[in-house]
Amino acid sequence: MSNANVQAVARYQNDFLREVEERVEEGHMVKMCMQCGVCAGSCPFGPDWEHSPQKIFMMIRAGKRDEVLGSDSMFMCTSCYSCIVRCPRELPITHIMHGLANYAHRLGLAPKGQPTREFATLFWNNLVKKGRVNELTLTLGHYFTNGLVSGIKTALGMQRIGLGLFLAKRLNPMEIFGGHGVKDLKGFHAIVAKAKEIEDRKKGFTA
Amino acid sequence: MADNKFAAYICSGCGLGDQLDIKTLEKIALKEGKMQVVKSHPFLCNAEGVQMINDDVEKEGVTHVCIAACSRRSKTEAFHFPTVAMSRANLREGVIWVVAAGEAHDEVRQEMADDYVRMGCAELKKMKLPAGNPDKAHSKRILVVGGGMSGLTAAFEAAEAGYETLVVEKQAQLGGWAANLWKRVPFKAPYTEPQDTGLADLAAKVGSHPLIKVHLNSTVAETAGAPGRFAVKIAQESGAVTEETVGAIVQATGFTGYDIAKLPELGGGQANVVDQAGLESMARAANGATIKRADGKDVKSVVFLQCAGQRDDSGKHLPYCSGHCCATSIKQAMYFKNANPDIDTVVVYQDLRVPGMGEDFYRSAQEKGVTFTKGKASGVESSGNGCKVSFRDLILDEETSINADLVVLATGQVPSAGVELDAWTEVTNAADGGSAEAKQQKIVMHKSSVLNLTYRQGPDLPQFKYGFADSHFICFPYETRRTGIYAAGPVRRPMDLLQATEDATGAALKAIQAVENASLGRAAHPRSGDLSYPLVRLEGCTQCKRCTVECPFGAIDEDEKRFPVFNEQRCRRCGTCMGACPVRVISFENYSVDTVGSQIKAVDMPDEFSERPRILILACENDAYPALDMAGLSRTVYSAFVRVIPVRCLGSVNTIWITDALNSGFDGVMMMGCKKGDDYQCHFVKGSELAHYRMSKIGDTLTQLGLEPERVVTQEVAITDNQRVVTLINDYVAQINELGMSPMKGFN
Repeated sequence: MSNANVQAVARYQNDFLREVEERVEEGHMVKMCMQCGVCAGSCPFGPDWEHSPQKIFMMIRAGKRDEVLGSDSMFMCTSCYSCIVRCPRELPITHIMHGLANYAHRLGLAPKGQPTREFATLFWNNLVKKGRVNELTLTLGHYFTNGLVSGIKTALGMQRIGLGLFLAKRLNPMEIFGGHGVKDLKGFHAIVAKAKEIEDRKKGFTA
Repeated sequence: MADNKFAAYICSGCGLGDQLDIKTLEKIALKEGKMQVVKSHPFLCNAEGVQMINDDVEKEGVTHVCIAACSRRSKTEAFHFPTVAMSRANLREGVIWVVAAGEAHDEVRQEMADDYVRMGCAELKKMKLPAGNPDKAHSKRILVVGGGMSGLTAAFEAAEAGYETLVVEKQAQLGGWAANLWKRVPFKAPYTEPQDTGLADLAAKVGSHPLIKVHLNSTVAETAGAPGRFAVKIAQESGAVTEETVGAIVQATGFTGYDIAKLPELGGGQANVVDQAGLESMARAANGATIKRADGKDVKSVVFLQCAGQRDDSGKHLPYCSGHCCATSIKQAMYFKNANPDIDTVVVYQDLRVPGMGEDFYRSAQEKGVTFTKGKASGVESSGNGCKVSFRDLILDEETSINADLVVLATGQVPSAGVELDAWTEVTNAADGGSAEAKQQKIVMHKSSVLNLTYRQGPDLPQFKYGFADSHFICFPYETRRTGIYAAGPVRRPMDLLQATEDATGAALKAIQAVENASLGRAAHPRSGDLSYPLVRLEGCTQCKRCTVECPFGAIDEDEKRFPVFNEQRCRRCGTCMGACPVRVISFENYSVDTVGSQIKAVDMPDEFSERPRILILACENDAYPALDMAGLSRTVYSAFVRVIPVRCLGSVNTIWITDALNSGFDGVMMMGCKKGDDYQCHFVKGSELAHYRMSKIGDTLTQLGLEPERVVTQEVAITDNQRVVTLINDYVAQINELGMSPMKGFN
């Protein structure tokens, strides 16, 4: 269990709703859900999730912390916004789902090996390094998430596309050696660090 | 009769002149209708046409007027001649608008119009101008039974309108149920916080109103009489009896809460389980501070269980929803949250229903942090120093439980409507049969009566479903089956304070209408303003009691010799007694066995070989006749072989009319009345049902006459059925054509 999680449990005890209200993006709106189920019926991923937004909100109110933060449902959201558009109580459901995913990730409770979570992590780390996304290392990194053999297979399968991109000057093979960054890389890192500090303070991750 | 002068006026406007031969109609009115004056006019309902009729009435001494123009429901302002008897022959909606266009149909169209003129004249010959009830009742005071929110509102509204009002309240103070409330569900914008009930203010206004007299600690010991002349005995707890005369009564006796002791499975009877009324007294004791339990402990967590003993389909508890309890629980949860936001408040509901502006109130509670859980409670047991509530979470689909210091059960409203009349009749019959046990039971039942009516039908208002006083939810909400007595508030149907206030205002207006009508000798709703009333030739009466039993409004009592005693002010003029009377001694001046019978006989009957059947339609004037008019308005064509006679109610149809029709050669008789049964639409409650019942017995008579039973049919028609009536008519005409012409033709 991560240190942040231990602290959160100690702080909120059994009041998971309050924890969500204070720490999750738009979490204060969860209590306004009236359980009509329109979000669950509108979601294109409806049948494929473990928990619909309606159920997630009900579980939050019922204090089911481990089940909610360990659910993979939030990561399945494709941000189509159907639920937001249709919610009669005007809950920002998509934002709450992303907020919950982010919170679960930070506490280290999100499901391990969840593909969306893995790719998002890869993307963020890649981005933060140079201030811009290195497409070559990002794609290669993605190919090798599932191990060396599957990575080589996928890479070989994609080689014609890679060649095409290269000939059209859309892909520079030299980027594999670190690639180029933004002009003021130090400044960029400082911005990200400051943003994290503000966010942590707002969400109560620092004392 | 010498002074009577009959006149027919035929309109040729609205296309009547183009499609019909007006000269022929004039000739028929003169020769066959035996009218002394016959005139036609190209635009009868304009000022000139009306003036022509008025001149004849004033200068020529015309006493009876037949208007052959549009439906009796059209141009009623123009054709308003209060000093003469009037019949209307419906040539527009009834003929030219519903008979197919074109020369091919000229003959049947003219035949139809000819018949309607014959019928209009024949009816007129038998009519008299209603003189009004000579026994005008003069009391315009209004009695309000019950001094709660509904009763006080009704009394105050009636008094403000200028009517002297009496309030009878059983308890020592005014206020009823509402007096026990700490706050009420908001009834004014922004609908976010519980509001003051306003009851103290209202009670003070009622108490000091110069037109209102309040009787506390009192009950109604006896109610006799009729609208305009109710003689009421008001008994005080001390035993003193005051006699008062009132014109109308508003019964606002409210409800009691469903007994929590009947709900042991939900913890009823446990120390830390209360109903909503119980919580209100705790809230009043706390006076805005944290609510304390009976044992003095501050309540830190509370669970509200909705639909406790309500919406129950097992037959053990109340089957209905009381409507107010969701909003009430929301309000009570706010009592806790407003005192201390950290108190855990959970509402366990199956379907949260907050009518009116309740959604805003619900949202406000959610913002305050009240938790709403969709679930069905399965049990409440005491646990530690509180309760453990087990329930099935209906969203997460699992059994679960919560602990709480206090559990509040949202129990339902049980109406205080007094004695149930079916049970009363049964006990009375048994008591009359000599059963000592039944006699004892009758005394006990009588003690629970609210109004103690001296009517032969029993001491209280008839009850509809679940013990609520009968009324029609949509069409005439405050009307009961006892004329001049109006039910208001939760005694009529489950409701909240706001609805009760509106209800009471409506009932007060109905009561005012009733006393005004009674003082002029006129009928109350739905024939409001009608001056005719039932006349009975007692020398012909066989004391069969059918009229007294079948009157839907309990208007007819019996004297010692078992002759009917009509209480005209209680009568709604539906004519159900007239339809019931086997010796036909009951009639109205302008509506009788003869007025309709003569119309039936006036129809010109083509012979058996003409292939032109004649079908009589007796249509209820409340719904079926308007539906037929509407079919005409939309120019929907139906068979020209039908002849329609409007009747006041299908209940007024006397079987002699059916026999007369078949004897004079009609090939079929179709009756169109309102929907009957539990969700009846009959304006006279039982009329349509009685007609269906009577007609179900007519089969034997038909067989004796050698006729097929299909020659008489009864249909339920709603006012919106303007297209369906056309299908009904055309299908029936086809059926009759298949059966063949009636063998009875040509004997008369």
